[in-house]
Amino acid sequence: MASNSQATSRLYKETLLTGLWRENPVFRLLLGMCPTLAVTAAVKPALTMGLSVIFVLLCSNIVVSLMRKLLKPHLRILMFTLTISTFVTIADLFLKAFVPRMSETLGPYVPLIIVNCIIICRAEACASKNTLAVSVIDALGMGAGFTLALCVLAGIREILSTGAIWEVKVLPIGFVPWAAMSMPVGAFITLGLLLGLVNLASKKKT
Amino acid sequence: MDTINILLMGFISIVIINNLVFTKFLGICPYLGVSGRIDMAFGMGLAVTFVVTLSGTLTWLIDHLILLGTPLEVTRYVCFILVIAGAVQLVEMYLRKFFPALYESFGIFLPLITTNCAILGLCLFINLWGIDNLLEAVVLSFGAGIGFTMAICIMAGIRENLNLADVPQCLKGAPITLITAGLLALAFMGFAGMIR
Repeated sequence: MASNSQATSRLYKETLLTGLWRENPVFRLLLGMCPTLAVTAAVKPALTMGLSVIFVLLCSNIVVSLMRKLLKPHLRILMFTLTISTFVTIADLFLKAFVPRMSETLGPYVPLIIVNCIIICRAEACASKNTLAVSVIDALGMGAGFTLALCVLAGIREILSTGAIWEVKVLPIGFVPWAAMSMPVGAFITLGLLLGLVNLASKKKT
Repeated sequence: MDTINILLMGFISIVIINNLVFTKFLGICPYLGVSGRIDMAFGMGLAVTFVVTLSGTLTWLIDHLILLGTPLEVTRYVCFILVIAGAVQLVEMYLRKFFPALYESFGIFLPLITTNCAILGLCLFINLWGIDNLLEAVVLSFGAGIGFTMAICIMAGIRENLNLADVPQCLKGAPITLITAGLLALAFMGFAGMIR
């Protein structure tokens, strides 16, 4: 009995770590690129986006996992998208009500969480096959991995484009801001270089 | 004359200046995924153009005839995604029945389009920009598709040549594609401010 619970807890830990690093949705699976590039001009919107994705991912994984025995194969994608869009509507209304300015900055990228491949991918690959507990842990791990990637990218871009992080100045006054970093160009190139770095780092380890 | 002018300007602006891929980051997943060969990229672009025109028009109609001004507005996203999924399914069935050759060449791309952010994104942007004219909505949706096709074809052309280049091992694949896309976005920034 004791070893059994130990095995389960190890499974949970594995699932969590898989989402955080080994299969990090952004750096490894290249999923959810649109929000990754679009909202990472600064750390604050990136964190808001990450938290919204965690919320939607968690709720949709729970619902999908609960109804996994009722799903018909040819209708499942439709059921996933319907579940997801319901929770995205909730998240969008919540943001509009409590942080209206942030909701304006994020604009249509909040509703675009519906077509974020990470969420459908987790519903399909994990929640529709596993028990509730595993799905919840998986959602937390994947969501945290996504948020982490977003914040790293946003941190680099915000420092270089304004000399500040979380809107607090960190670089000396003589620093000339790189305007290009806050534009689409900066997003594409920073992510490209980061992916290269991650590839390099993971190759050294093995 | 005035309407034609507005429509033309709208079309050019969404194809070149506000290109969905380079300025709004929409449709990046297929952009990275299927831009390896130019014929596949063109097929994907055509499929997207078709679906985006259809769903852009349909969502505009639903938004303006049914949802606007009623409490049902809350369900907008659910309606939009249903329309898109339905449109993709319809296109798929229609093509399989009447144009089997075309259907074969689209292959897996058609169902994938449902989760292409360019399509839902465009429907949301039309809603956000407050387009209140059906013709304008149609032209904008069509232009968005053309813009996507153009972007993905340029990228595929570059990547075919990139295969011959000596790229550092760790940058191979997605990273170098992203960096190339960044340089393309920089080039397209030159068009900014051309209209209005």
